[in-house]
Amino acid sequence: MDFLRPRTWDEALAGKAERPDATPIQGGTDVMVEINLDRGRPAALLDLTAVPGLDGWSREGDVVRLGAGLTYARLIAELGNVLPGLAQAARTVGSPQIRNRGTVAGNLGAASPAGDSHPPLLASGATVEAASTRGTRLIPIGEFYTGVKRNALRPDELIRAVRVPVAGGPQYFSKIGTRNAMVIAVCSFAVALHPAERRAGTGIGSAAPTPRRAPEAEALLAEGLDWAGRSPLDPGLARRFGELVAAAAAPIDDVRGRAAYRRHALAVMARRTLTWAWADHIGDDTSESSGRGAA
Amino acid sequence: MRVSLTVNGRPAAADDVWEGESLLYVLRERLGLPGAKNACEQGECGSCTVFLDGAPVCACLVAAGQAQGREVVTVEGLASRAGEVQRAFVEAGAVQCGFCTPGLVVQAQSLIESTRGVPADADIREALAGNLCRCTGYEKIIDAVRLAAARAYGGGAGSGQAEPAA
Ligand SMILES: Cc1cc2nc3c(=O)[nH]c(=O)nc-3n(C[C@H](O)[C@H](O)[C@H](O)COP(=O)(O)OP(=O)(O)OC[C@H]3O[C@@H](n4cnc5c(N)ncnc54)[C@H](O)[C@@H]3O)c2cc1C
Ligand code: FES
Ligand code: FES
Repeated sequence: MDFLRPRTWDEALAGKAERPDATPIQGGTDVMVEINLDRGRPAALLDLTAVPGLDGWSREGDVVRLGAGLTYARLIAELGNVLPGLAQAARTVGSPQIRNRGTVAGNLGAASPAGDSHPPLLASGATVEAASTRGTRLIPIGEFYTGVKRNALRPDELIRAVRVPVAGGPQYFSKIGTRNAMVIAVCSFAVALHPAERRAGTGIGSAAPTPRRAPEAEALLAEGLDWAGRSPLDPGLARRFGELVAAAAAPIDDVRGRAAYRRHALAVMARRTLTWAWADHIGDDTSESSGRGAA
Repeated sequence: MRVSLTVNGRPAAADDVWEGESLLYVLRERLGLPGAKNACEQGECGSCTVFLDGAPVCACLVAAGQAQGREVVTVEGLASRAGEVQRAFVEAGAVQCGFCTPGLVVQAQSLIESTRGVPADADIREALAGNLCRCTGYEKIIDAVRLAAARAYGGGAGSGQAEPAA
């Protein structure tokens, strides 16, 4: 096995172009488990943690650009206000030790259907910045997940950053597990209200071969919510939303839960998170979203 | 490959390190520091917790080469800083077989230093969620953290249970 340790981003891209078989490693919280348990040995490790500048974030207008090396711990501490859904999800990842190392980019690289970053990234409409010596490609999050633990990255590409729109309204993430910590999701759900556009985004985790949105459930909210008048949520609409989210999933029976349970739990999580989000939305007349939302 | 790093304030180096080796293996098997324990090697138990550039991490999930040039503090290096925590673990009866203790001491020290006061029980549980103990049932571990924090920061949150019964 080789250990490649680029000192600049250009060196990292050159390294990946030269060695497309190299496995990038950031926090190592997925990669090292595989190696320690001998589930497969990479031909080479491409360590990105010595590349300066990857571990931070920047704000570019209405978008936050998360560096590939930004840990969950920093995301939670520094971005809870602007990216509430993603920060809520990050708080549920593993343990403090895991959050001190693990990254959103690593979650995307692993592309597990159960990864906790995915539902909020889908709900807020993130974009993955994939880079190679050939240039930079912007991959909409909905096109990033291509199969169980497979993603749209080409062999010579690295994730440089993830671009996440600043929340324009309330966002919630919900996850079912056997404990409050250290659990891979049985299933999970995220909702993000985008009042300025009079629509909502959704993300379903651990209930299909890939993380996915629930487009019909989103359409129901765009049509059915009282975006202009801000009247209270119709319980019938909330229930229907839950049903459509459950219908959008394609869960299986596995060690963590049965398909029927996952569907049921998704409907409940969808209804609850929408209820919380809408209550925040109508209760909060002073937020910047109200100004932009009123037409 | 050769890996050079700072361990417990002193320069250290290990030779013939395998590229897929963990920082935990380097510390225990090459640098003679068996304080951090090896149990699960998959980040689940926290018994290998060490400080890496000041943040507590599972040493089993850090590739040795990633620690090149970095600063590692193991439980062995904490004696001066975490003496209180270690003493509190003994006094509160938070140690039985002791296998989980080094990882818990590192994690507890990190919590106490960042809280700068007596953490709430919920925060202690949250901070220690990644450290498994098969012996104590955790209650006395939580007592120990409260006790150590109260001694370090003068009581603050005032928990009547901070002093051990005996
Ligand atoms: C005990 C434990 C608990 C966990 N709990 C959770 C949980 O609750 N929720 C959850 O979602 N996950 C969990 N995980 C999994 C893991 O922590 C996450 O997937 C994390 O986000 C991975 O980030 P990392 O930086 O450690 O990735 P790494 O292990 O460094 O890499 C993961 C994958 O991404 C690739 N990769 C990394 N960086 C890049 C890049 N810049 N460009 C291209 N590819 C890249 C790697 O090659 C690898 O395939 C847990 C893991 C452990 C060990
Ligand atoms: S040995 Fe590292 S977490 Fe268990
Ligand atoms: S004292 Fe034995 S595992 Fe904790």
